[in-house]
Amino acid sequence: MSEATYDLPNHRIAAADQPAAPTPGYWKSVGQRLIRDPVTMFVTFVLLGILFITIGAPLVTNGDPFSGGILTRLKPIGTPGHWLGTDETGRDLWTRICYGGRMSLLAAIVPVSVALVIGGFLGVVAGFVGGKLGNLIMRVMDVFYAFPSILLAIAICGILGNGLRNAILALSIVFIPPLVRVSETVTAQARQLDFVEAARASGTTTMQIIRHHVLANVLGPILVYATSLISVSIIISAGLSFLGLGVTPPQPEWGLMLNSLRQAIYVQPYVAALPGLMIFLTSMCFNLMSDGFRSAMDVRLNK
Amino acid sequence: MSAAISLPVTAPADPRDRGGPAQPMLLVEDLRKHFPVRGGLLNRQIATVQAVDDVSFSVRKGETLGIVGESGCGKSTTARLLMRLVEPDAGSITFDGDAVGGPGGITVNDMRRQMQMVFQDSYSSLNPRMTVAESIAYAPRMHGLAAQQAYDRAETLLGQVGLNPHTYARRYPHELSGGQRQRVNIARALALEPRMVILDEAVAALDKSVEAQVLNLLGDLKARFNLTYLFISHDLNVVEYISDRVLVMYLGRVVETGPVESIYSRPRHPYTRALFASKPTLDPDRRTTEMPLTGDPPNPINPPSGCRFRTRCAFAKAICAEKVPPLEAPLYGEGIGDSPHLVACHLPEAQAAMGMHHA
Repeated sequence: MSEATYDLPNHRIAAADQPAAPTPGYWKSVGQRLIRDPVTMFVTFVLLGILFITIGAPLVTNGDPFSGGILTRLKPIGTPGHWLGTDETGRDLWTRICYGGRMSLLAAIVPVSVALVIGGFLGVVAGFVGGKLGNLIMRVMDVFYAFPSILLAIAICGILGNGLRNAILALSIVFIPPLVRVSETVTAQARQLDFVEAARASGTTTMQIIRHHVLANVLGPILVYATSLISVSIIISAGLSFLGLGVTPPQPEWGLMLNSLRQAIYVQPYVAALPGLMIFLTSMCFNLMSDGFRSAMDVRLNK
Repeated sequence: MSAAISLPVTAPADPRDRGGPAQPMLLVEDLRKHFPVRGGLLNRQIATVQAVDDVSFSVRKGETLGIVGESGCGKSTTARLLMRLVEPDAGSITFDGDAVGGPGGITVNDMRRQMQMVFQDSYSSLNPRMTVAESIAYAPRMHGLAAQQAYDRAETLLGQVGLNPHTYARRYPHELSGGQRQRVNIARALALEPRMVILDEAVAALDKSVEAQVLNLLGDLKARFNLTYLFISHDLNVVEYISDRVLVMYLGRVVETGPVESIYSRPRHPYTRALFASKPTLDPDRRTTEMPLTGDPPNPINPPSGCRFRTRCAFAKAICAEKVPPLEAPLYGEGIGDSPHLVACHLPEAQAAMGMHHA
C-alpha cells in the first residue's frame, strides 16, 4: 500500500458551473419506460377502449339494454340493427355488453382498491412494526387465507345476501389477506436494508422513514400485485353473478349474461361466447398491464 | 508499511468541541448487549447470545481507533450500539463529555448529528429509488435545510469524495461501481458535518486497488474536516495502515488494546498473536512461527466461563476458567503511559510467549 497520494478533485467544479438541472423524478422515468413498451401501451389502449364503451355506452349505442322482443330472439352476429346479435329475450347484445361492463368493471376495480388501501396499510404496519402486532395481523389474515377465495366470496355473499354492493364488499374482504401478505413481505425486506438503518442513524423520524424509504420502495411491487388482482376480481365477480349472488337480472353484467346465454350455446355459440370473451379480454389486459408496470418500475432491469 | 495518518492540527477550533483536546470524543463504559434467542412452543426465551459483554474503551479526538476481530466477535454490534440502532442492555456512552440519552446529557439524535456511520454493503445502504444527490441531501433536508441548499451541499460533497457532481449527482446507485457507491456513502455520512465517523467494514467489500483509493480518501477527509474515526475491520493490514490505536475483540469482549505499533510489534494476548499469525504476509523471511488456531470460536450463546479464549488457548490454566481476566497493563514490558497497552490475560507466561515478531 502506497503513501497517500490520491488527489482530491477540485471541489469548486460544483460551484463554478451552473447547478445541475433538477433530478427527473422516479415516476417520470417509469412513465418514459412505459411509453417505450409496445405491449403495455397496446393493452392500455384496449383497456381505455373498454372503459370508453362501458362508461360512454349511450354514445356508442342507441339501444336500450332492457328492451327486447320475442321476434328478435337469438339473432346471429351480423344481423342488421343488431351487429353482435341478440340474447335469449331479444335484447341487443352490443348494448348489453356496453352497459354490462359498467357493473363488471365496478365489481372488479372497487374491491381491489378498497383492499389495496386497507390491506396495504395493515401489511406495511405489520412489516415495519413486526413483533406482537405484526404477528397478530398476519395470523388473523392466515385465518382468511385458509379458505379458497371463491368459496370465501360465496360464503360472505351468502351471509350478506345478493346484490352488487354485497358482492363488492365480499370481494374486498377476499382480497385484503393476499395484499396484506405481499405488503408485509416487501416491507419487512425493505426495513432490514442498510439504507433504512442509515436514515435512522441520521436522526430521521419513523414516519419520514416509512414515507421516503419504505413506501417508495414497496409501493411499486404492491401496486403491481394489486393490478394483477383486478383480473382475478373480474373473474370472481363474474362468477358470483353467474351463480346469482352478485348482480341480479335484468341488470346487464358479463357474468350474468354468460349464465343466461349458456342455454343458447347450441343455437348461437358465437353470441353466447361474447360476454366470456369480454371477461377474458379485460382480465388478460389487466394482467399484461401489471407485467408491464413491474418491469417499468424495476430500476435495475432497465437503463 | 506503517503509515498511520498523522495530522498536524490545522483545522480551526470547532465550536462544538466543548471539552478541549484532552477530553475523549467518545467514552464507552461497560457496554453490554445480550440478544434473546426465542423458540419452543410459546416463543419463550430459551437462550441469550452474549454479543457484546462489558466492553469499555475511549476514542480520542482526531484519532483513528481500529477494532479488529474475527466474524461474530461483536464488532458490528458495537458499532450499532454506539449509533443506538440497537438499544444497549447496560453501559454508558459519553460523547465529548455529555452522557448520551441520559439525564443531563445530550439526546440520541443530538449525538447522531455529530456521529455518523458508513456501512459495509455499499449497495443496500443506498436507497435504490433515490439519486445519489438525493441520498446525500436527504439527512440535511430532514434536519430543516432548504432543498436547494441541501442539493448544493450534496454536490459539493460529491466533489470532495472525488466524484464529479455533473456526472454523478443524478445517477441511481445501480449505475455506479462499488467504489463509487462507497464514496457516495461516505459523502452521505459527512452531510450532517459530523465530528466522528464509524466505518463498519467500510472498505471490506472493495477490491484491493479501489480499497487503497478509498482509504486514502478517508485520510484526506479526516484531515480536511478534523474527523475522528472508529474503523471496524477484519483486515489486519488495513487496520494497521489507518489506525492510531487498536482494540482487539474476541467473543464480545475486549482482549487487548493499545497503540498500533505496540500491539502489532508486541502482541501480548495469545488470541492477538494467533490473529496475527493468520495474517497473510508477502515476505518469506517474516513467516510466522506461531501455531495457528484450531477450530471455530465457541458459541456465543454459551460462552466459556472466565476467559472466553481459554478453550482455544495453549496456556490455559485453572484460573482462566474461574475468573474473568481484567483489562490491565501487561505483566512484562510496557508501562502505563499516555496511551496504555492493556491486555486481558491472567498468565505471565502466556503474555510473554512471543512466537512471532511482527515488524
